[in-house]
Amino acid sequence: MWLCPALTGPRERTGVGGIASPGEFVVVSALLLGVLASLAAGQELISPFEMADSGASSSAIDTLVLVELSKHGIEAAPLCSDEVFVRRIYLDVIGTLPTPNEVEHFMEDSTPDKRYTLIEDLLQRQEFADYWALKWCDILRVKSEFPINLWPNAVQCYHRWIRESIRDNKPCDEFVREMLTSSGSNFRVPPVNFYRAVQNREPAGIAGAVALPFMGARIEHWTPEQREGMAKFFSRVAYKSTAEWKEEIVYLDPAPVEAMSAMLPDGVTVQLDPDKDPRDLFADWLLAADNPWFARNMANRVWSWLLGRGIIHEADDIRPDNPPSNPALLSYLEDALIRSGYDLRHLYLIILNSHTYQRSSIARSEAPEADTLFACYPVRRIDAEALIDAVCGITGTRETYSSAVPEPFSYIPEYQRSIALADGSITSPFLEMFGRPTRDTGFESERTNAMTDPQRLHLLNSTQIQRKIEQGVRSRLATGGGKGDQRGIVQSVYLTILSRKPTESETAAALSYVENSGLKRDQALCDLAWALINTKEFLYRH
Amino acid sequence: MNVTFKTANRVRQAITRRDALKQGFLGMAGLALAARSGALAHAASGQPAKAKSVIQIWMWGGPSHLDTFDPKPDAGSDYCGPLNKPIATNVEGIRIGELLPMLAQQADKYSIIRSMTHGVNAHETASYITQTGREPDRLVYPSAGAVVSLFNGYDHGYKGLVPPYVVLTEAQGRFSEAGLLGQRYKPFVTGGDPNQARFTVEGIIAQGISDERQRSRRDLLHTLDTLGKAMPSNVRFQEMDKTEENAYGMMFGDARKLFDLSQETDAVREQYGKNTFGQCCLVARRLVEQGVPFVTINYKGWDTHKQHFEIMKRKLPEMDRAMATLLQDLSDRGLLESTIVWWGGEFGRTPKVQWEAPWNGGRGHYGTCFTSVVAGGGFKGGHVVGASDATGSEVAERPVHPRDLIGSMYTLLGIDPEGKLPNAAGLDVCVLPSEQSVKKGAGLLTEIM
Repeated sequence: MWLCPALTGPRERTGVGGIASPGEFVVVSALLLGVLASLAAGQELISPFEMADSGASSSAIDTLVLVELSKHGIEAAPLCSDEVFVRRIYLDVIGTLPTPNEVEHFMEDSTPDKRYTLIEDLLQRQEFADYWALKWCDILRVKSEFPINLWPNAVQCYHRWIRESIRDNKPCDEFVREMLTSSGSNFRVPPVNFYRAVQNREPAGIAGAVALPFMGARIEHWTPEQREGMAKFFSRVAYKSTAEWKEEIVYLDPAPVEAMSAMLPDGVTVQLDPDKDPRDLFADWLLAADNPWFARNMANRVWSWLLGRGIIHEADDIRPDNPPSNPALLSYLEDALIRSGYDLRHLYLIILNSHTYQRSSIARSEAPEADTLFACYPVRRIDAEALIDAVCGITGTRETYSSAVPEPFSYIPEYQRSIALADGSITSPFLEMFGRPTRDTGFESERTNAMTDPQRLHLLNSTQIQRKIEQGVRSRLATGGGKGDQRGIVQSVYLTILSRKPTESETAAALSYVENSGLKRDQALCDLAWALINTKEFLYRH
Repeated sequence: MNVTFKTANRVRQAITRRDALKQGFLGMAGLALAARSGALAHAASGQPAKAKSVIQIWMWGGPSHLDTFDPKPDAGSDYCGPLNKPIATNVEGIRIGELLPMLAQQADKYSIIRSMTHGVNAHETASYITQTGREPDRLVYPSAGAVVSLFNGYDHGYKGLVPPYVVLTEAQGRFSEAGLLGQRYKPFVTGGDPNQARFTVEGIIAQGISDERQRSRRDLLHTLDTLGKAMPSNVRFQEMDKTEENAYGMMFGDARKLFDLSQETDAVREQYGKNTFGQCCLVARRLVEQGVPFVTINYKGWDTHKQHFEIMKRKLPEMDRAMATLLQDLSDRGLLESTIVWWGGEFGRTPKVQWEAPWNGGRGHYGTCFTSVVAGGGFKGGHVVGASDATGSEVAERPVHPRDLIGSMYTLLGIDPEGKLPNAAGLDVCVLPSEQSVKKGAGLLTEIM
């Protein structure tokens, strides 16, 4: 039996986590390559977070990941339990906590492919479009104010188009082509806001703004020749304003130009026909099936969004001297994306259904490669927007937003989820504190989920959180179970906040607090909700 | 100009060092010394830092320069409106607006820069330029407060009771203060209102939870932290444990006393003015006294497109009292020589009054020529830097770009303007932009340093 000291230690100390029975060992499928046999030792499972693997994975993703892990002698974590899965998949796919009903429905479902079914359902939800529009708006820098200065009308128009493209699962090559090649008013032709949201309108500035989201590349790392070569494709993009407040028209400068040549990022020189829009030529090159940049960038980025880390890391820093940690895996994903006709939802499906995605977050190896080769699911603090939405959802309260651009130019509906905010300039102190991207640069690193002292202070002791909890306890949290059924209430609080039922020892600790703390029942329940909201299990995707 | 003037009016005699000791500040002062010595250990370029802290009075919206520190009584009522009788100060030859009588008696402590310019009339861009010293380009650079918290904060031995960059009481908005430095250098925004009976600083002072209950619910949290206990060696979880330790340090430690104005006498609180801005100034003094390197008071309400003169008559006396008291109090406590007080907004306001509808006596945005004020921390008092023309419409001599002002503060704080700003994008970025990159300014304010 394989035992890890780091795991046995804390379990003994806590006395909370259950231990799987000695017979419940995970057996890594014999279908996998022989080299994996050495890893197939039984694993001790940690309750309630893990479960035994019911069978071999048929996913190529898993084979490719396990092969690479075995080369480094790294053991993969077992699969996560259904309780962990249901919470994880809701947060990752729709940026939203599951309701207690949704949790129970999933837990009671005994069909073998229930995880697959749930993933498919979530990809169709409205919140899927909201949440992934948020991600795209981060990297496309959608905000009214400084330094992007799109202003509210264009923000709404651009965001709606992005969100609908995601909702309708528009193939991602078409989505990008529309942005690269459109012309017209930025109030009427939404994708031209791609050019409108570029701060530096010099051709090289536009080239940089194209390379970062669509090629995952920072042109600062390129040679001046490469930068200037690509800039030529954007040398005729022109802007003019109209009588409408803050409206701008993006157009192709019709002034006669001499024939010139441009250089594609792969080093090939092309002649630009003065009668044609050079942006079309660039888009044709970028979005061709054999283009080395586009599918690679998209596949790597989606992987990094779902697994917290790119196969090439960081996902927007692709260059020859920053190689993928698992090249075969990345090639497979690129190929899958191209073969599906650039169907991003297909990419989500195959990743989310893999065992690699569904592993426990409790690492079995402390080797540095365990993270870069995806031996377990990485814990990350929940994104600012999803976190405040979760707290509001649990407590039945609302977040208050503000905008530096006053009404009537900005309008903030009364019921507004943070993940559905269109405008990076509409904000709240919570979102600012918890590392929401500023949308200044489009870098992935703008979003910071590292916990800071002020964040911890806010969660532990702010009036905002305390009031929400008090209101939640009054209105809904304490209403589960029958009257006087403390055990039922504790279970309901757990289901609402941690998306699982409490263990026996957790129930005992909670009941003991309610009965012995000397506080009124509602106050004690507030403290219970407060404690659960402040656990790592709540604050981190795990 | 002569700076050896005696202060004509001691605004505040109520506060003495003895009072301070009586109220139990001795222990905290000791801690403050520890915080400060660390912060200064790295002073750049061999020159010892003169300034240890900055209090930024951020005049959100853009205050009129004509009605405050650059009066133009000879320009006529089209420019002055009803405020055409500037008053003498305690420095010969310097006159300021008639609604600032108490500040007039403190003029030996500050210098007035009447030739600020950046030429931008939009709030968001002007806010950015005045607080970063940068013209907009592809990146977003950090505000002065974030830069100070980088160089004089936790990374350099600051061990204060509260985070090194504090904003009273609401965030400024308009742009991300930390810019490319990232989340770690964002300000701690207090929320609450120090003019209320209890200043509920978000996170530090919660209403209605006793310490005993705080402790017992913390125990409950630890008991129920099942996942955390299952993976104690996870690096992210260890980081979170560290933040929790720090957070409880702030909650149970002396930090909350810092914000507790009941520790001040009523006389002192009255002297600062019983209003939000006045009490913010008092809190700011308490913070710098404990070594907090950068405090911003976000003072709203200066975007006076309409009813301009009515608002001036209401708000300027409030500002006058609080800021004058702050200067006197800092001086009495020996803190002014190590504390920069920086007053200004994103721009000034149109020198010519907009009498026409729909403004009916308002002033618009004006970035061509405006005024900032600096005091303390190595800045000389009793000077005027530069000059505007006869109507306050153009810079007449010695243009000062925000870069020049901010660069001067960095120098006094011992921050090397040529130092590097670390950033996630891995770009090579200097603390201060080059003089050429901003064009309009004539360089650091060496004449008052």
